[in-house]
Amino acid sequence: MIGHFIEGLQNYQFLQNALITSVVVGIVSGVIGSFIILRGMSLMGDAISHAVLPGVAFSYILGINYFIGASVFGIGAALSIGFVTRKSRLKSDTAIGIVFSSFFSLGIIAISFAKSSTDLYHILFGNVLAVRSSDMMITIIVAIIVILFVVLFYKELLVSSFDPIMSEAYGLNVGAIHYLLMLLLTFVAVSAMQTVGTILVVALLITPAATAYLLTNKLSVMIVLSAAIGTLSSVIGLFFSYSYNWASGATIVLTAAVFFILAFIFSPKQSILFKKRGMTNEEI
Amino acid sequence: MIEVKNLTVAYQGKEALSNIHLTVRKGAITGIIGPNGAGKSTLLKGMIGLVPKNKGETTFEEKEIASVRKNIAYVEQRNEIDLSFPIKVEDVVLLGTFPKLGLFRRPKAAERQKVIESLKKVKMEDFAKRQIGELSGGQLQRVFIARALIQEADIILLDEPFVGIDMKSEQVIIDLLKELKMQGKTILIVHHDLSKVTDYFDDVIILNRYLVGCGPLDSTFTTENIQLAYGETMGNVLIKGVNSQ
Repeated sequence: MIGHFIEGLQNYQFLQNALITSVVVGIVSGVIGSFIILRGMSLMGDAISHAVLPGVAFSYILGINYFIGASVFGIGAALSIGFVTRKSRLKSDTAIGIVFSSFFSLGIIAISFAKSSTDLYHILFGNVLAVRSSDMMITIIVAIIVILFVVLFYKELLVSSFDPIMSEAYGLNVGAIHYLLMLLLTFVAVSAMQTVGTILVVALLITPAATAYLLTNKLSVMIVLSAAIGTLSSVIGLFFSYSYNWASGATIVLTAAVFFILAFIFSPKQSILFKKRGMTNEEI
Repeated sequence: MIEVKNLTVAYQGKEALSNIHLTVRKGAITGIIGPNGAGKSTLLKGMIGLVPKNKGETTFEEKEIASVRKNIAYVEQRNEIDLSFPIKVEDVVLLGTFPKLGLFRRPKAAERQKVIESLKKVKMEDFAKRQIGELSGGQLQRVFIARALIQEADIILLDEPFVGIDMKSEQVIIDLLKELKMQGKTILIVHHDLSKVTDYFDDVIILNRYLVGCGPLDSTFTTENIQLAYGETMGNVLIKGVNSQ
């Protein structure tokens, strides 16, 4: 079976593209996902990944690269959510629910004008075996931008995620960091759309990161672990998808879920098997 | 010296603070006191622009507060902090070196050395490698004080630092604050327990959505002002150190 997969890799360009895209998407979703869960923005991640749909549709209609349209709508959604939260009595989860479902619906209607229902199916559920070389190149460029951003602004991301008030007090522009992160999240959501589809992007963002979170007490280690788990899930998912003709997105997401369950049962930090160490009040 | 002029902050059309005028001395510890919902934390955040204000301005040594942000160390209420965040004690303190490092510069051995010194000052050096969720409230507060120390800021703002902490931590923190005061820092502390006011503070700001009083303990921490801020019921309660004239 593995022989069959490796043989396929040697012979088919589409499988090579799929493998490289899976690896790259696994890495970037793991990296960005770490910050998403630490900032308590899982729902926001879900919202942005749904909200890019109309952008993809309008890009098809206008004949431009879909990254452009998707980025416009992704950031548009982030800004709308921020605006509604600030200007009304609503809490942010409510604002997120309203904005992303509206964007998503707009996307479904726009796609019915743009393309056939097969395309909608691929956008919603992903099809990693149909990734074109040009899409793969864009995914690699996105990965480089995301990793550069995280390396260059690691300090600022760390301090603003952990203690936004202290960071803002000393003059850090936490608003700019938030929206930059949203822009990158949009890019990642569009890349991940090819492998797992719009609906399941959130799983690739938060499941590997949550798994890594259970395994370490250090942010830098968490990011690396999360990227590794994301990559492993993508590759194993691709393997099963190719071998048994299962839907690629669902297979990748379920693989990530298996990793999470293992960590949840066996992690020393938050395990349900081993008891947590008591508080250290006595040691004062 | 911090000067606040005509500060008004409103949430959803309701005024949380109205027309606050006050000055905060340098080289002194100033307490912000008042009943629940009086706008104590809002004042602390509003004066440095962390919450949107309707009007008003704040200056430090006659400069706009916005231009001296790197000179502000802020310690948020402990319950606002995510205790399960993957970060160790030493790395929390290291965050305090970030303002001076600026963009793109990484903390190096010199900064790490400062972290150890700072943790020694709050007697937490043995806990450097612990995850923050393993600490007691008082220990955690000392770690945040260590982070404020390392910032070497001239303005130190603390929101309810003494809530729910043990006596040893309280003593360590108050001793350090008194030392910082001697160095000429401007220290402002939100506080709600009236019984400790005379132990901790040189000056007080008494608040109940508007400014009741501001100045040295003798002239400001009076029965009359406490009644004005808390209502008549507090008038009959004997509070240690209140100047009943």
